[in-house]
Amino acid sequence: MDKYQRYWKRNLRLTGSLLAVWFLVTFGVGWFARELQSFTVLGFPFSFFMAAQGALLIYVVLVGYYAYRMDKLDQECGMQETDH
Amino acid sequence: MGTSVQSHFVSQLKRYYAIYTGGVIGFIVLLSILEQMGVPNKVLGYIFLGVTVSMYAGIGILSRTSDVSEYYVAGRRVPAVFNGMATAADWMSAASFIGLAGTLYLSGYDGLAFVLGWTGGYCLVALLLAPYLRKFGHYTIPDFLGARYGGSLPRSIGVFAAILCSFTYVIAQIYGVGLIVSRFTGLDFGIGVFVGLGSILVCSFLGGMRAVTWTQVAQYVILLVAYLIPVIWLSVKHTGNPVPQVAYGYVLQQVTARENVLNDAATPEGAREAEVRAIFKQQRIADEDKLKALEEGGVIYLDAERAKRLQALETLRGKHNADPKDIAVAENELAAFPQDVVAARNTWRAAVETDKAKSSAVIAHAEPFAGADEETRDNKRKNFLALVLCLMVGTAALPHILMRFYTTPSVKEARLSVFWSLLFICLIYITAPALAVLAKYDVYTLLVGSSFSELPSWVSAWAAVDKTLMSVTDINKDGIVQLAEITIGGDLIMLATPEIAGMPYVITALVAAGGLAAALSTADGLMLTIANTLSHDVYYKMIDPHAPTKRRLIISKSLLLVVAVLAVYITSFKPGDILFLVGAAFSLAASAFFPALALGIFWKRANKTGAVIGMVSGLGTCMTYMFITYPFFGVNAPLWWDINPISAGIFGMPVGFLGVIIGSLLTHAPSKEIHAMVDHVRYPNMRLDSFLESADYK
Repeated sequence: MDKYQRYWKRNLRLTGSLLAVWFLVTFGVGWFARELQSFTVLGFPFSFFMAAQGALLIYVVLVGYYAYRMDKLDQECGMQETDH
Repeated sequence: MGTSVQSHFVSQLKRYYAIYTGGVIGFIVLLSILEQMGVPNKVLGYIFLGVTVSMYAGIGILSRTSDVSEYYVAGRRVPAVFNGMATAADWMSAASFIGLAGTLYLSGYDGLAFVLGWTGGYCLVALLLAPYLRKFGHYTIPDFLGARYGGSLPRSIGVFAAILCSFTYVIAQIYGVGLIVSRFTGLDFGIGVFVGLGSILVCSFLGGMRAVTWTQVAQYVILLVAYLIPVIWLSVKHTGNPVPQVAYGYVLQQVTARENVLNDAATPEGAREAEVRAIFKQQRIADEDKLKALEEGGVIYLDAERAKRLQALETLRGKHNADPKDIAVAENELAAFPQDVVAARNTWRAAVETDKAKSSAVIAHAEPFAGADEETRDNKRKNFLALVLCLMVGTAALPHILMRFYTTPSVKEARLSVFWSLLFICLIYITAPALAVLAKYDVYTLLVGSSFSELPSWVSAWAAVDKTLMSVTDINKDGIVQLAEITIGGDLIMLATPEIAGMPYVITALVAAGGLAAALSTADGLMLTIANTLSHDVYYKMIDPHAPTKRRLIISKSLLLVVAVLAVYITSFKPGDILFLVGAAFSLAASAFFPALALGIFWKRANKTGAVIGMVSGLGTCMTYMFITYPFFGVNAPLWWDINPISAGIFGMPVGFLGVIIGSLLTHAPSKEIHAMVDHVRYPNMRLDSFLESADYK
């Protein structure tokens, strides 16, 4: 397997797992919202907290982590952009 | 571009915008001093809107350019942080800024679909599109479709879809501009539209993407300050905590406790609510009877009813000792009486809906998918999740947002810039639900139970401005305000917050300026997208590929004028449901673009036939569903699986994906050149050379 295939595979794995988190946080929690409202976080019912704040914070972290990991991956695989 | 040049540029930018932010704060302080000195509110409003709008125009003039790369993609040297701010301003529309908190106030948990959808979509932008589009490195979204799938058909469909959704969206923005200007300066709606439009045009006309970018950064600063100050103030007032996002959890508990009291007929307050609800229940029966009689009797019934009212008025006038107040009431009733059967049907149907809402118990703010039975709740859940998905995928397909990621200096900066965009957007979207709950607390505790003789001043002030925004009527004549007697329009929440919190008028003017900044920045981005798509994709790529740069820019600028005039012309008709227009733009974009864009990057086998079939069938399905189910078009076909027309994209997206996949598999695999192009997009270090030679692309 050459370095391009390796790079792309690792990229796909990272993208796939982050998308899984995204899906779970949004649609998993959303689907069970009525069941999850019985316990509280910071004074909020859990499902309200997730939809109003929790999920948003997780999105920000997801996107930040992706930028950080991909930058590292670029360096590891020698894929950094060259100056034009 | 050398690294040192870029870093010098970045530090200069930071200095300019730091000075600018200081200037904004100084300006607010100066105006509050003027207010203390007794300068009238109207003058303050004029100064505020005038200074901010001419500042945007000033930035536009300073950034004027006639260089193609500067005009289309701001020279591709916008640092990640600044592109993040510009994207956030581009993103925050008039509807988000003014309407979101109100939607959340009115629909509680279920309204959070907008909060989730309009932020979570950036995960898709970051992971699936932005870095690759940046690596592709051209000017527009149809550009990508044209290069990836080859030939002008995919590009033309892209052009059509880009213009369709951007234009739908821009009308909502111009409408917002007119509304804000006219409400805060007293100018006529039409003049308001033209004032706002003038500043949009100065900006994008002279400097294209470059001017729009730097203006949007300035607009984001105003927008953020304007959104946060009133909410922080309100939070300190109610909780003593200056971080509303943390503090409102406990306020929410108090709101929930109040809801329980108001719904419990055993408490004195609950009993009074029940009394009002009973009156609305009777009224609902009466209104339903009227509607039934109208369906049976038609015009004859309507004329008879009108004659009855006229006669009652005449009798009153005839009496020498009649109360002038009663006469005025009867006159108003006659004047408001519907003109024809269609108008009567609409008015009375709306009345029945209002009666229905007013006669039922208070819906708990924090409860997801509240409903009387399992079926209603499931239905609400289904529509909530469908709307979230449509808004998210739509976010990742709206051309004016995706275009912004062409402007960063590198792939790495493009990834970072999505992070900054999302962070800046979340600052506001995390605050909006807090504002809704704090305002609700104010209404539930201070307004409900107060006496009609001493209403808070903001209530009467806004009731005088617009009855649909705020009205209270003593239905059960007990002199005390009950919750069911209050009618609040969604837009009121944001507009009236400074007054609810008891803040000086300057802050009200600041909120207006923030709303204007939100509407203008989004309109800027959208108009530029439309004009660039027409001039670059249609004129340069399809009509005259040898056009000199100068002519391309002239064409682009003249098209901008045409688009602007057309948009204003359509807005002057005041098209009805703004929120539907906005939602429709997302569903359309999600169905038309997302499958072809994402598969174009992640699936090399996707080819031209697939893309054409996918885009046409996705867009077609989405438009068809909207057409047959949205009441405006009058077809009123039954809903598919009870999905609301605003989420039509939920059908368009899978059809689009299937179209691309099936169409591609049935025809030849794409050429070697296309494979090379996809590789170039995927790997940050891969140079374009081989692709350049084969596809005469530059």
